[in-house]
Amino acid sequence: MSHGVLPSAGPEDPVVVDGEVARRRGWGWLLLVPGMLYLAVFFVFPTIQLFLTSLYDPSGSYVTGYNLTWHFANYVDAIRDTWNLFVRSFIYAGIATFVCLMLGYPLAYAIAFKAGRWKNFMLVLVIAPFFTSFLLRTLSWRTILADEGPVAHFLRTIQILPDNGRLLATPVAVIAGLIYNFMPFMTLPLFASLDKVDYRLIEAAGDLYSSPLSGFRRVTMPLSLPGVVSGTLLCFIPACGDYINAELLGTPKQYMVGNRIQAAFLTEHNYPLAASLSLILMAVVVVMVIIYVRRVGTEELV
Amino acid sequence: MAETNRDLHLESLTKNFGDFTAVRDLTLTVPNGTFFALLGPSGCGKTTTLRMVAGLEDPTQGRIRIGDQDVTRLRPYKRPVNTVFQSYALFPHLTIFENVAFGLRRRGVKDYKQKTLDMIDLVQLGPYAGRKPAQLSGGQQQRVALGRALINEPGVLLLDEPLGALDLKLRRQMQIELKRIQTEIGVTFVHVTHDQEEAMTMADTIAVMNHGVIEQMGAPDDLYENPVTTFVANFLGQSNLIMTDIIDSSGPEVVVDCQGQKIGVAAERCHAQGRKAWLGIRPEKIFASHVGEAERTDSNVLAGGRISDVSFIGVSTQYLVAMPWDQELMVFEQNTGRRPLFKNGDEVDLSWSSEHAFLLDADQDAHAGMMRPEDKE
Repeated sequence: MSHGVLPSAGPEDPVVVDGEVARRRGWGWLLLVPGMLYLAVFFVFPTIQLFLTSLYDPSGSYVTGYNLTWHFANYVDAIRDTWNLFVRSFIYAGIATFVCLMLGYPLAYAIAFKAGRWKNFMLVLVIAPFFTSFLLRTLSWRTILADEGPVAHFLRTIQILPDNGRLLATPVAVIAGLIYNFMPFMTLPLFASLDKVDYRLIEAAGDLYSSPLSGFRRVTMPLSLPGVVSGTLLCFIPACGDYINAELLGTPKQYMVGNRIQAAFLTEHNYPLAASLSLILMAVVVVMVIIYVRRVGTEELV
Repeated sequence: MAETNRDLHLESLTKNFGDFTAVRDLTLTVPNGTFFALLGPSGCGKTTTLRMVAGLEDPTQGRIRIGDQDVTRLRPYKRPVNTVFQSYALFPHLTIFENVAFGLRRRGVKDYKQKTLDMIDLVQLGPYAGRKPAQLSGGQQQRVALGRALINEPGVLLLDEPLGALDLKLRRQMQIELKRIQTEIGVTFVHVTHDQEEAMTMADTIAVMNHGVIEQMGAPDDLYENPVTTFVANFLGQSNLIMTDIIDSSGPEVVVDCQGQKIGVAAERCHAQGRKAWLGIRPEKIFASHVGEAERTDSNVLAGGRISDVSFIGVSTQYLVAMPWDQELMVFEQNTGRRPLFKNGDEVDLSWSSEHAFLLDADQDAHAGMMRPEDKE
């Protein structure tokens, strides 16, 4: 890490005495201090606070105040009351991530290998949605999916949707919103990974009797796996905690864990419940991610 | 290799990239089992030709046949052709064993394990079978690339500047190694290179390419001793080219007026059309002697030279000799030690045996095919 800062203090430079090296290295590490401080104040401290909040006495209230009673039963209550929301969140996020991968991989592949001089332009298009607010874009999906909107109308005409069927306020709408909103987080890491794959390796696979499909399976796919892993993680993790899409495109029947946490924090002021839900979500996601990375990591080199 | 007729035929092969014609109406036959080199500067179309044979580029026109099989429109993975890529293109996520076994496994060969191990032994990488390409040196990676292609027993093995990334000493070693393997297994090698020494060391036949066409094709010594264009004369080794007027082309020896002095060249070595011609002579064929001491009676002699530069190389000495018509000629002399070196300013006569000179068409650029410093690696 210090190589960039200290070009002359490498091991091949024996002229520099030990004290000198130590002093200079100290300067390099100093650059980390602002970031560390920032994380300490705005991440470590709030997380501790969140943990303590999750152990407050649940009989307290916004008005009367809370006592820290190490009430671990909050977690049991939270899981008992909202386990179905967890399941729904993971299913929605899982489907959304899978569809993002299916849509994003060909897109990233095309940008990396086929776009030619349009490469940068296409990348800008992938990022373009970020130029407007997340909220506004999700709201505009209400118009797209509206009962009298063209999409619903078309699907009714071709009889995919029954005559009184709706798109808005269904799981389809919520998942579609998730897919749309997290698509760039899938596409960009995939592109970064695929762009690094030497196209000559794909040619070499073809030269060595691989059909395009087999070459993809044996060469392109394994080499782009780091992008698949980071893309799915960047998609799945925030999608699990998302509440905007369920709020704006769904009904309470489609609510996810995020909606419950948001309501508990901001509407009901039930801080212990909100905090324990947050921490459970965090813990479950971390466990899922570890299992996922382990599995993919070992499968990579078949 | 069981089939007897696996000659590679290229017929009127043309490849355009937009307005640019990379390969123009190329026709050639590579006999089965030969070591064939496509030699030329970068951008001459040699790599494009190779890629068309491999199936990595589609020809704009023309046909490619291997034996009786027309492979022109065949996808790469269906061709009996394998390539050793310039960058090796080894699969970084696979071990050496898996890299070498790749082609056999894709074709569903059952006893691929033993064959793979045998091939790894042939390219002398036995102890490295379990390693990843990144853990190998350049020369070792090169051998993996070779083994990975050869194990499939291709009808034609294509080599795209396979030694370009190696240092000089290793390159010499691998040249001999490649030639040995080719002789041993008898597979047709088509070798693309811009290195004329590499081509001459290894190939049975060399095709010199320039601007998408073959300038001249033949055995290395034929090309070197009897080039038909200034490009070949300059690209393969070095040549002195002197503008001359043809006086008499009726006899077995063409007589030219070389800046006022009469020179004879064997008629079969005359490749010039008009009244004027470039007289070509290789620097090592010229013998410099003190004025009036030119020995051999059957020699051509150019008088009036003056040594203008002496470069001592070790095995030889390179002289630049200023001629009266304002041209410097190059003369190489072996350091046999039999006579003292010339010094700057010494007056000399230059002589050579008449079967060593050649005459080239005067319309051509005398500098075509010369190595510019940026072409060297």
